[in-house]
Amino acid sequence: MNKQIHELSVVELIRGLEDGHFSSVEIVKHYLDRINRYNSELNAFLYVNEDAIKQAEKIDKEIANGNQKPLLGIPLAVKDNFLTMGMPTTAGSLILKGYYPQYESTVSKRFLAAGAIILGKTNMDAWAHGSSTETSQYGPTLNPWDLGHLPGGSSGGSAAAVAAQLVPVAIGSETAGSVRQPAAWCGVTGFKPSYGRVSRYGVIAMASSTDSPGPIARNVEDAALVTSAIAGADPYDATSSSKEVEKYHQLLKRKDLKGIKIALVKEYLLPTMRTEVKTLIHNAAKHLESLGAKVEEISLLDPKYAIGVYTVVMRSEVSSNLARFDGIRYGTGREMFADEAKRRIMLGAYTLSAGYYEAYYKKAVAVRTKIVSEFENTFKEYDAYIGAVSPGPALKLGATKNEPMFGEMEDILVEPSSLAGLTGAGVPCGFVDGLPIGLQITGNQFEETKILDIAHLYQQTTEFNKFPEKYQK
Amino acid sequence: MSHISLIIGLEVHVELTTRSKMFCACPADHFGKDPNTQTCPVCLGLPGALPVPNQQAIEDTIKIGLALNCKVNENTHFDRKQYFYPDLPKGYQISQYDQPLCKDGFLTLDSGKKIRLLRVHLEEDTGKLQHITLNDERVSLIDFNRSGVPLVEIVSEPDIASTAEAKEYLKKIHAIVRQLGVTTADMEKGQMRLEPTINLNIDGHFTPLVELKNINSFNFAALAIDYEVSRQTAAFEKDGLEKSKSNKQTRGYDSALKITFLQRQKEEAKDYRYFPEPDIPPLRISPSVIEKIQSEMPQLPDAIISQLIALGVKPADALILSRDKTALTVLKSNPDVQPGRLSSLIVNKKIDLSGNIKEQFEKLTAIGETDTGKLTAFVDEVLAQNPKVVEEYKKGKTAVLGFLIGAVMKLSQGQADAKSVTQLIIQKLK
Repeated sequence: MNKQIHELSVVELIRGLEDGHFSSVEIVKHYLDRINRYNSELNAFLYVNEDAIKQAEKIDKEIANGNQKPLLGIPLAVKDNFLTMGMPTTAGSLILKGYYPQYESTVSKRFLAAGAIILGKTNMDAWAHGSSTETSQYGPTLNPWDLGHLPGGSSGGSAAAVAAQLVPVAIGSETAGSVRQPAAWCGVTGFKPSYGRVSRYGVIAMASSTDSPGPIARNVEDAALVTSAIAGADPYDATSSSKEVEKYHQLLKRKDLKGIKIALVKEYLLPTMRTEVKTLIHNAAKHLESLGAKVEEISLLDPKYAIGVYTVVMRSEVSSNLARFDGIRYGTGREMFADEAKRRIMLGAYTLSAGYYEAYYKKAVAVRTKIVSEFENTFKEYDAYIGAVSPGPALKLGATKNEPMFGEMEDILVEPSSLAGLTGAGVPCGFVDGLPIGLQITGNQFEETKILDIAHLYQQTTEFNKFPEKYQK
Repeated sequence: MSHISLIIGLEVHVELTTRSKMFCACPADHFGKDPNTQTCPVCLGLPGALPVPNQQAIEDTIKIGLALNCKVNENTHFDRKQYFYPDLPKGYQISQYDQPLCKDGFLTLDSGKKIRLLRVHLEEDTGKLQHITLNDERVSLIDFNRSGVPLVEIVSEPDIASTAEAKEYLKKIHAIVRQLGVTTADMEKGQMRLEPTINLNIDGHFTPLVELKNINSFNFAALAIDYEVSRQTAAFEKDGLEKSKSNKQTRGYDSALKITFLQRQKEEAKDYRYFPEPDIPPLRISPSVIEKIQSEMPQLPDAIISQLIALGVKPADALILSRDKTALTVLKSNPDVQPGRLSSLIVNKKIDLSGNIKEQFEKLTAIGETDTGKLTAFVDEVLAQNPKVVEEYKKGKTAVLGFLIGAVMKLSQGQADAKSVTQLIIQKLK
């Protein structure tokens, strides 16, 4: 094999393991070496699992015995808001510094059952409150494309780790953009399954009504494979769907997009957006057309309304979800909450208070219903809609200072889809100022297969899926 | 003399005796278990844990609602009730706010008075705090075995106007939930907790509301209410303070001193910042589910009592027997034994319920055979008192016979033999 281990996708690694080109121990050692070499400058990992090699040794025996599991021998990284037994879980916060969970999250449990090895826990905005990873109480993660820039967030550690090839795939979680936006800023693939498709059990809650775990990967095929391994009903999550899970990675079969209707949402080409970004989105639309899709411009509710709804609903839920960190348990007092968490708790408590509930929370829920029904109508006619993931490329370090609405502004184009529980892929579609731009391809709830298939074909027929040169060696 | 009337509303909390807790698989039976041995991430409120509602608890709550003549909300959901307390690990209690499972019911007292019920809803119990001295240090310990046990709250309108009515209401609720088999409602184990809210109307002036917390006996509830009546009367005479939005008090009852004591003076109504629980999808209770639950409902105490009385059982005996499943089964399985006399023998513990009932009954009643003369007198009296009914019977409406038999049985205090009574009446009316 000519390629180095870190240049291989998960699907290629599995093939290599099956063919005996390398062992799981070799893969794990290779990645641990890279983490040792690069993590000090990127700060993508908050914790590295030194036991990974021992686990890989066991798995190599399983492989030798002919055991077959979907991710057997594959190392991966897990965002630090997924509870992992034997590894600290902090959600990027000091409140949970040194917290070792008493149980395993469903997602990481399914990874382990699928034969994967958890290499470590990735950095994130504290409590997933943000789109920069700059609000992590353990220092920001830097963007591998340019260390002076932010990786996006809140799953910034996962995105940077995949982009710098410190791990072949990582799991993130998205409340509104927290998977797709950092993936876009780091030039990798992000996939948000529908709300309810992947269990939230054991994920430290941000906004319960939109939280959706999803993979950040080298390509769409890997994202599909990983999603197949973790999706599906969970008796521990009442909001998880009992709909049958498809083997997404085996269904990526399209050779063209004939018969596919795609909407280009006018309102998502924001007036404030840079022309270069708009051009890339128009180029993507043309490319999809060239593949046989019918692309039409449509009009949807201005995404600024989604910001309003999201701000109120999410903060209301946050204020409630963080109440359990009351200073009695977990060893740290509430004064350890940083400003962003405090702001969200205060605003959320306010919007739920007697006298304000009707004006804020209830109204937000009503508008949310309107957004949901607008999408329902859209998907009666279209298979998917496209737009940019984020209004622009990665912003510079420090951009979040004095910007309490930073996340909302950077996630404006994906917030409506999150509020409606839709599924969406984010794939690289070009570069602006040498930094990657992401294209979102978003579809109706539980249409994972269709969206992954379209995104896969787009990716296979374009040349934007690159990795930063600095970390190629 | 001023005119004083009592205004009482009752909140009753009942722990359901389900196998598992409300939102997790831990056992719900927590009484006397070693502290914190029946817990899991969900009922400890650990990060990332999610509630999954207990289907049985929902059905049990609907059963209670139906037994109390409530409407079942077909579209309902859980809400988060947010407040800080060390026994509440999530910082909120999963409860129900604007859409309780059941609403708008009533309970009929023996006098025929209807006590309206506002709602019957389902929530989770909290952990238990223990304030003790350990190694010479005052400490507060928390036991989470009770955390997440299903708790049903039954809320009445303030229709109760006396201590006697309050006691009767509570006893009836107790008998109903036990009869339904949804809880053992053992007061000593705290499975049923009573919270009366009381104030007085003194010549058209309303005294401030007082909510009495967590009383665990009917007698204490009655004593506490009585105490409040005199306390509130005296207070009003002294300060003339009337009920307002800001002067509701929460008081406890000290059973040793037989007084109520101030726990919390409410500055204003507490803001619990309720909102729909996003971790649990809304519930839809379909009419077919309600029908199914209705069809599985056991007979309720009031229905059993009237049936027993119709059979000739003394009302006092009927009340006692209605709470005794074994005795009821014995009665039902011996239809050829005089129910009135058998009942009174059972109530007076003269009969061994596990033995041969008929033999014991015959032995015990052999001496005191029914006096035919006395029976004739009873029949004559009933016929004389009910000329209209007699007339109807003579016109061919034989269905009224049951009424006459019942009346004679009542008069004989259930001692008469129903067969002889029937024969005697028919004979007399020929």
